[in-house]
Amino acid sequence: MTSLVWLTVALPLVGFLVNGALALRRPGAKDLVSYVGVGVLLGAFAVALGVFVQLWLHPPHTPIIVDLWRWLPVGSLQIDFALQVDQLSAVMLLVITGVGSLIHLFSVGYMKSDPGYARYFAYLNLFVAFMLVLVLGSSFPVMFIGWEGVGLCSYLLIGFWFSDKVNADAGKKAFIVNRIGDFGFMIAMFLIWQHLGTLTFTGMVERAPAVFSPGTGVVTAITLFLFLGCTGKSAQIPLYTWLPDAMAGPTPVSALIHAATMVTAGVYLVARTNVLFSLAPLSSMVVAGIGALTALFAATIALRQYDIKKVLAYSTVSQLGYMFIAVGTGAYASGVFHLVTHAFFKALLFLGAGSVIHAMHHAYHATHSHADAQDMRNMGGLKQHLPVTFWLMLLATLAIAGVPPFSGFFSKDEILAAAFARAGDHPIYYLFYAMGVVAALLTAFYMARLITMTFLGENRTGEQERVHLHDAPLVMTGPLVVLGVLSVIGGFINLPPFFGGGAWLEHWLEPVTEPAARFFGLEMPHGQTELFLVGGAVLVGVLGLYAGYRATLRRRTPTAAEAPDDTGLARVLNRKYYVDEIYDAVLVRPLIWFSRIVLWKGVDQRVVDGAGVNGSARLSRGLGWLGSRLQTGQVGMYVVLFLVGALWILHTMVR
Amino acid sequence: MLLGPSLALSAILFSLGVAGVLLRRNAIVLFMCIELMLNAVNLTFVALAQLHGASGYVMVFFVMTVAAAEAAVGLAIIIGIFRHKQSVDLGNINLLRG
Repeated sequence: MTSLVWLTVALPLVGFLVNGALALRRPGAKDLVSYVGVGVLLGAFAVALGVFVQLWLHPPHTPIIVDLWRWLPVGSLQIDFALQVDQLSAVMLLVITGVGSLIHLFSVGYMKSDPGYARYFAYLNLFVAFMLVLVLGSSFPVMFIGWEGVGLCSYLLIGFWFSDKVNADAGKKAFIVNRIGDFGFMIAMFLIWQHLGTLTFTGMVERAPAVFSPGTGVVTAITLFLFLGCTGKSAQIPLYTWLPDAMAGPTPVSALIHAATMVTAGVYLVARTNVLFSLAPLSSMVVAGIGALTALFAATIALRQYDIKKVLAYSTVSQLGYMFIAVGTGAYASGVFHLVTHAFFKALLFLGAGSVIHAMHHAYHATHSHADAQDMRNMGGLKQHLPVTFWLMLLATLAIAGVPPFSGFFSKDEILAAAFARAGDHPIYYLFYAMGVVAALLTAFYMARLITMTFLGENRTGEQERVHLHDAPLVMTGPLVVLGVLSVIGGFINLPPFFGGGAWLEHWLEPVTEPAARFFGLEMPHGQTELFLVGGAVLVGVLGLYAGYRATLRRRTPTAAEAPDDTGLARVLNRKYYVDEIYDAVLVRPLIWFSRIVLWKGVDQRVVDGAGVNGSARLSRGLGWLGSRLQTGQVGMYVVLFLVGALWILHTMVR
Repeated sequence: MLLGPSLALSAILFSLGVAGVLLRRNAIVLFMCIELMLNAVNLTFVALAQLHGASGYVMVFFVMTVAAAEAAVGLAIIIGIFRHKQSVDLGNINLLRG
């Protein structure tokens, strides 16, 4: 079965080709598009399940390499297009195809009346194919194909409604910001090739401990460049700004690409190259520090957002920060654990938000109102109208807030415990732990605020619109229910011994994390300390939820149209600390100025056009003019020149 | 035999031809001067053929053939120019200046 793993990539690719052809020829054939688009994903999921079961029955200690073809034979550099099946990629495979299938199914309902239906499914299929290349690639270059491919699909889907300039700009922003990260990835790749002489992951695991001694400059540089790539793809400080803007795309896209799968690629990369990060404690500290900072920073911004998708976007940035705290402290399994549970509950939150937006949009469409269908200030009291969505989103909220026994509780608790445990090596991890705890409090607060503003209290949608509000059809609520179940029970895949579990995921991933454990082992807290940590996490989550609920419900929320502008700190948070404005002033504008004045008007117009193109034309015209002076038209003149020439030749030959 | 005088005569004839081409303005005369140069060369071939074998004689035939062809084309051009300009003075023929 493992040799058939290429099917998981090939099936979505076929789906892309078929749906792409349909988008060009028969965009109206929506039924066919739905069957192909969802069918290939279900097929890929079935294959992934088969691969996983086989791996379960016969767990290999070394990765299974499925060699497809020789890709780049260049001298001593031989790169095969090979897929790597091991415990880590199998988990990713299941999450991507599983959550992907559910989101594809949801999209059938959500995008039903969109004229670009076939194009949408073509892009979504292509994304899954590239994402699977990313996690299955057995070497850095193959992974890089997927890495770039998902970036492309992200760009295409953010700007899916490209006729609106804002959306097209958001797509460009995502693409360009990611380029900066990709630069880091490539530099890291070059350095690895230079120092290890191999680009495969198996070769890296084999040689890295022998070549690099812990904490040396080269391995620190490699890991920091890799992490630069991660900050781009996984939206960490300082490159996180593209992700909130990426919400311009259709909501299922936000769920699949910008919450569940693509943005976790950075976490996957660190987990995959754990042997390098374990050899560079400084880089690991940077990873954890950036993660903690991002988790806290994004959580504060989410406190004062009114767009339901923006709240979730900053929440995603914040949760990704958690995952980086985990992989930065050496708790790679915990990072992957939170990646999985986050995929469940954040996909559910986004799809639930999609369901809400769908209903709101429908209601406003029916009455020809132009109010903002995504602004939570226009919602309120939706519980009566969308009960299914409400209950499911509530489950996801409890999960993300870390209320036991929902999935997020276990994964988040483990990350905080790991940070606390690492503090024994270096006290700065206490700070990261504290930041994580505060971020957890804020997470619970803003999620409670989201639920309260959207579903509780009195309805602010409008008298005429209210009758049009209703739950989504089964094709949309079905995937929500499945994700709801997963959000509740997802935590049990890695139930810690403290709760009587066997920490299955951690043991499952041991063959992958084992090389790192040798250099960067982590002694998790036990007994009273663990009890204290767990108790603190629960307390923080419940407290945050209650505070968010009370603070939001206490006073009447004005609708978006009548709301006064925020003032003071709230305004700063609402405007996202003005980071976009600062980047614009410090980076974007000087760059545009430089490009315009120096590169365009200076280099291009003066040097290239002036000296280069027109200059060479002027030079040859001048030389031609000089030569034409010899053409007098007088035969006598020609004869004299001819004679002189002949005599000269004679002279040189005779001499 | 008479190699020296033959070559000397050839050189004199060739120089006369060159001088004519350089100095005279009349196209017909210029043309005749070219013929003079060709025949001076022929004389050289013939004279040296006595030393180096028959290939010199063969070369003379080639030169004569080319000279005949050249005469046909050249005279045709001169006639064409005369019909056009009513003159064969080279000073008037300068349409091809740059």
